[in-house]
Amino acid sequence: MDMKRSYYEDVQLFTSGVVVFWFVALLLFLGLLPFLFKNYYVYVANYMAINVIVALGLNLLVGYTGQISLGHAGFFAIGAYGTVILMTLLRCPFLLALLAAALIAALFGFFLGLPALRLEGPYLAIATLGFGLTITQVIGRSEFFGGRQGLHTPELWVGPWHLTTDRDFYYLLIPITVMLTVAARNLIKTRVGRAFIAIREADIAAATMGVNLVFYKTLAFAVSAFYAGVGGGLYAFVLRFIEPEIFTLLMSIMFLAMVIVGGIGSIMGSIVGACLLSWMDLQLRNILSIPYLGDWLETLSQSYFSITGVSNIQYIVFGLILILIMLFEPLGILGIWLRTKRYWKTWPF
Amino acid sequence: MLDFLQMLVSGVAVGSSYALVGLAMVIIYKTSEVPNFAQGEMALISSFFTFMLLEQCGFPYYAAFPLALLFAVLLGFFLEFTVLRRAKDPNILGMIAITIGIEMILLGLVSWKFGADPKTLPFPISPYDSIALGEVFISALEALTVGVALVIMLILFIFFRFSKLGVAMKATQQNDTAARLMGIRTNRILMFTWGVSSLVGCVAGLLISPITMQPYMMWDPLLKGFAAAVMGGMTSLPGAVLGAYLLGIIENLFGGYVSIEFKSVVAFAIIVLVLCIKPSGLFARHYVKKV
Repeated sequence: MDMKRSYYEDVQLFTSGVVVFWFVALLLFLGLLPFLFKNYYVYVANYMAINVIVALGLNLLVGYTGQISLGHAGFFAIGAYGTVILMTLLRCPFLLALLAAALIAALFGFFLGLPALRLEGPYLAIATLGFGLTITQVIGRSEFFGGRQGLHTPELWVGPWHLTTDRDFYYLLIPITVMLTVAARNLIKTRVGRAFIAIREADIAAATMGVNLVFYKTLAFAVSAFYAGVGGGLYAFVLRFIEPEIFTLLMSIMFLAMVIVGGIGSIMGSIVGACLLSWMDLQLRNILSIPYLGDWLETLSQSYFSITGVSNIQYIVFGLILILIMLFEPLGILGIWLRTKRYWKTWPF
Repeated sequence: MLDFLQMLVSGVAVGSSYALVGLAMVIIYKTSEVPNFAQGEMALISSFFTFMLLEQCGFPYYAAFPLALLFAVLLGFFLEFTVLRRAKDPNILGMIAITIGIEMILLGLVSWKFGADPKTLPFPISPYDSIALGEVFISALEALTVGVALVIMLILFIFFRFSKLGVAMKATQQNDTAARLMGIRTNRILMFTWGVSSLVGCVAGLLISPITMQPYMMWDPLLKGFAAAVMGGMTSLPGAVLGAYLLGIIENLFGGYVSIEFKSVVAFAIIVLVLCIKPSGLFARHYVKKV
């Protein structure tokens, strides 16, 4: 890591002009993306952006505070159902409904954080996992939430602006994503963020230094759940239809995988990990149409496996990625990047 | 009253399969502190291997079941040797990630090979025969599950108490360095641990698959078994068994008297409650971190 010489150097958003340049370039690219690419890629970008939001929130909890959550699909579901129900029943405007649903998710996060105060390791894993499953069950079984039939999302109006296509939605989604990213980045540079990191490194030591564990651990859960709630509320409008079967344990695992693959405890890592895995997820859903590889897999499936189960290859791929990352580069893509950077900085030594 | 007894008996029967999975998880967690999320899929792939032997290769029962158990042990060895041993400086999150990775690979392999349509494993006794115990009925398969679970618990107890390998496993768990100084090859011990655990899990899988076989069949037993193990304290074998029976019974009573719809999630509510009161489970000494 680069050395920081003063407090202001540590908290500033852009460390140099180069960073400002690339940031502006990225914003420009994001703004022009719908004009440069086909409609399908706009959909892909929406999907990625939502995963980025959730991965950021999860990373605040897992990477920065050092807790474990296998239940983020639960918060995601609360966000999605909350937004849709607030809009249909109470006629809330979209942004207000989204915010309210995310706050409800945050409240659930706070409540989940309470038992988490005394739990760690596998105990925390099973508690959060149980939470996620419970949410899905409750939603799937009660008529109020549409039961197994699911819910259709209402027409999307933001003020006078009627959003109908993926492209319209993209221009709503990207500013929210950028805002939440900057917010996450700023949060960890404040007192709160430093408290999170202190808890991750050694919670007893942090408590001795005056970090209020009850407050900050529950806050970490609440903030993380808020991000997942926002992601869920937006996701409902990408799919235009939600049902309980979407929010499975596998989804929680995918969120965790995004954080781990991107790099634990890094904003940039979450973004890269979320983009990479969601892109792969979409690609691998119709694996047989991938050029060259698809034909080969088809013959392989026909002779040794079954052609009906071919889409399950994506599990194998994600499992392999998780294992390889953990075995060879526990810091994920961020670790690879840091190593490459260090290598070229000191080259030829 | 009769209803109550019937629910109790079914609860014990369900609890037995949770107990087997819970035991398998505890065996691994005890020695290496890995919460093994792949346990269910390890049992799954062993069960489907048996299915393949019986259905597609035409093996008789007496050959297929021992082969399946052997396969399970070798699978455990293989996973420990190729994956777990290679992890450098793992923390708990890393371990969870690795075992989830294994789980996804095994799940993917099984569903790629066999597709998602449900099958049933041919089994010597029909799962729909039932035995009357007074006025309470229990299916033959459930009775077998209870019996097998009890036998396995007994064997495990004897194994950990009296066999050289079992004692070595306990030593490795208590103090890795001291065990190595006493001449125990702890690496090999860990490998055997995975083998034994995989074997116990495979038995659970084989007892579940005569009813229905599909790639997701082990998720519920795995999560409940895990929950039972956590409730029992994650390091205590009797704790896991008791936790499993408690969960099975409570689940059935809840399903009978309160609401059948939320039967499958009540286990997790209980877990969270238990953990709030006793953070290290019911039967483990509370572990206090030294600074």
